[in-house]
Amino acid sequence: KRIVTLNEKTLCESAKNGGCGECQTGIANQQCENAEKAE
Amino acid sequence: MVIDTCSGSVHAVDEIAYELIGMFEEKTREQAAEELSARFDVPKSEIEECWDDVRELKASGRLFAPDTFEPMAGELKSRTAGVVKALCLHVAHTCNLNCSYCFASQGKYHGERALMSFEVGKRALDFLIENSGSRRNLEVDFFGGEPLMNFEVVKRLTEYARSIEKRHNKNFRFTLTTNGVLIDDEVIDFANREMSNVVLSLDGRKEIHDRFRVDYAGRGSFDRIVPKFQRLVEARGGKNYYMRGTFTHANPDFLEDVKTMLDLGFTELSMEPVVCADSDPSALTKQDVEIVLSQYEQLAELMKQRRREGRPFTFYHYMIDLAGGPCIYKRISGCGSGTEYMAVTPWGDLYPCHQFVGEEKYRLGSVFEGVTNTAVRDEFASCNVYAREECRDCWAKLYCSGGCAANAYHATGSIRGVYEPGCVLFKKRMECAIMLEASRLMENME
Repeated sequence: KRIVTLNEKTLCESAKNGGCGECQTGIANQQCENAEKAE
Repeated sequence: MVIDTCSGSVHAVDEIAYELIGMFEEKTREQAAEELSARFDVPKSEIEECWDDVRELKASGRLFAPDTFEPMAGELKSRTAGVVKALCLHVAHTCNLNCSYCFASQGKYHGERALMSFEVGKRALDFLIENSGSRRNLEVDFFGGEPLMNFEVVKRLTEYARSIEKRHNKNFRFTLTTNGVLIDDEVIDFANREMSNVVLSLDGRKEIHDRFRVDYAGRGSFDRIVPKFQRLVEARGGKNYYMRGTFTHANPDFLEDVKTMLDLGFTELSMEPVVCADSDPSALTKQDVEIVLSQYEQLAELMKQRRREGRPFTFYHYMIDLAGGPCIYKRISGCGSGTEYMAVTPWGDLYPCHQFVGEEKYRLGSVFEGVTNTAVRDEFASCNVYAREECRDCWAKLYCSGGCAANAYHATGSIRGVYEPGCVLFKKRMECAIMLEASRLMENME
């Protein structure tokens, strides 16, 4: 194995449940409060 | 490490896979196998196996993912047009310190000294509830100047918000940003009861901190505030706070300031580059930036080392979540300044964010009359990652969302400009953050 993928979800998948706007106002680290509920 | 910009996938790879991914779109399977087996002295079958892995990753959307998000740009903002979910309340346009590098001109924002009245603050909270639509989580930052110079109003506004939030099915999340001078037992009790987070201004080493953060008699504030910060943090159980330092031309070697804060017992840390004109003596020079880039890398190594030793600490810009993090809508649209987030002056005027306060052409309206300058609001609503041509081919665009509108405006005169020095620092921070998180994930796999 020469390639190990470290994260399973893609940004494209986040479009399905995204956009609720309930997240906190540098963006990389902001965990969506509704992500678990949406799944 | 290979980062696929538009899928967000992060792949740990060896040297052969790295080279193969680089040539995947230009060469055939046979050409790649021929070239790489000769270069690395491995059987062609191994290269072909790796090629097939890359092909599978591409097919599953985890490598070479196309950018299909542009049509979404603006969609989130258009479907939530007029919804406000966060306010920065400037409860004090005055300060008990006289820091020469202050972006807010010692808290006055280039205007008159003023304290927000309870009536203006109450109207701001009502404005927020009235304009928050179906948003349940509302954020209010007590900001200044020094907000504790108006502590009675802060307490009354918090009490008022708590008295109405359940009736409106809202949840207020308060934060307080303070220089620490006025912290006492009452402030600590209040902050730990009501503030979801507190931001504490400390620049690190005593001689660095006291160089800029002085009172009006010119005395440094380090010795006065550090014991207060330590008591506050201890009373909070060491959580839900962070130390926010500023580094300038005087200390591009800011890692020493990070170490000082660790020695003082603080573990939730942030150090930010000074925001000022290039002509300002505290401005970072090109030579300083080179030092800062190296410091970011050394900081990541220190964090990795301390994590392994069981003494972890947090750096604000390295808290990346590769498995989750914000959804694509949020990544495209950015921080929400001027649309869902606004700053309120002591007189009730609305601005796109705290860094625009005092820029008259960016006044949006007021908490009494609402948003009347819809042209400015629309300008901010259209400000997304695709609004800047320079960002289209940038690997970091879905981490930075096009950058800070205030930095862009102050550097280029347009909120759609690109503040290039900020890009350089941001990309280095992202590299370090991804490296740190990847190393943690790989250690967990072993």
